[in-house]
Amino acid sequence: MSEEVTEDRRAIVGDSLAVGVATGAYGISFGAVSTASGLDVLQTCALSLLVFTGASQFAMVGVIASGGTPFAGALTALLLGTRNTLYGLRLAPLLAWTGGRRLAAAHLLIDESTAMSVGRSTREGARVGFLTTGATIFVLWNLATAVGALAGEAIGDPRDYGLDAAVGAAFLALLWPRLDRPLHRAVAVLAAAVALGVVPFTTAGVPVLVAAGVALLAGVLTVRRKR
Amino acid sequence: MTWAAILVAGAGCYLLKLTGLSVPPRVLEQPVVARVADLIPVALLSALVAVQVVATDDGGLALDARLLALTAAVVMLVLRAPFLVVVFGAALVAALARLLG
Repeated sequence: MSEEVTEDRRAIVGDSLAVGVATGAYGISFGAVSTASGLDVLQTCALSLLVFTGASQFAMVGVIASGGTPFAGALTALLLGTRNTLYGLRLAPLLAWTGGRRLAAAHLLIDESTAMSVGRSTREGARVGFLTTGATIFVLWNLATAVGALAGEAIGDPRDYGLDAAVGAAFLALLWPRLDRPLHRAVAVLAAAVALGVVPFTTAGVPVLVAAGVALLAGVLTVRRKR
Repeated sequence: MTWAAILVAGAGCYLLKLTGLSVPPRVLEQPVVARVADLIPVALLSALVAVQVVATDDGGLALDARLLALTAAVVMLVLRAPFLVVVFGAALVAALARLLG
């Protein structure tokens, strides 16, 4: 019995480490993209330490890169961060942490730690998956960010290396796995069209926020229709 | 101002995470809220792709090396290339296009 549990635990740790290492390495691209967007190395590292949720970080520097105000960037980051709230709702009964442990665990609540935790049949398995994945990514993501940021600053004009084009590719790679349903594909196309439609009339950073309205509208309309 | 925005984003994103772990599920688990929250990343990421690839700094739209890079990214994603390959592959395509163009 206890051997079975140990075996299971070892497998969860192994899987979680693999996901952690693969994800943590993305930090290099974030660091490079962020300094290419005009942030300095310290600001870039602060984002990875404090915000610590990849899509939000890419969004913030992406909005700043396209000429938006830092606060428009922060607002976009927060909107993308709302999905972590839903992850938390799903994980709370499973992890069942309280007090200081919950306060610490909250910082590690991201896509990958959720994915490596929700499928477990035991509380211990869920906690091990969550902590191993979250902690591995936190350490590697921040180290990789620093490496990417220093490299990004050292190479000179980011456009010569196509790094400005890498931002769009990063967003697309984050979006790609979500395009698995017709509704998601429709929302993606509409949101892109709306954002580009308002570009000539608004300051940078605003089109992306306006596009969030597409999600709001589509959500309200499709849920009502089902009743 | 950038530093203030970084602190706001950091504090806000942390509170969003903590709220999920702390609030009783029923408060937020309405079908409409769940659906909208599911769709927001799709809409925002798609809009970010679009703006990043065809919008210019002066508020116009332009089809240039960035679109070529995005096309390359699509091909790499269809071929299931890893994240880092897609991101730096797209950069390479844009850099080459500018060098040749």
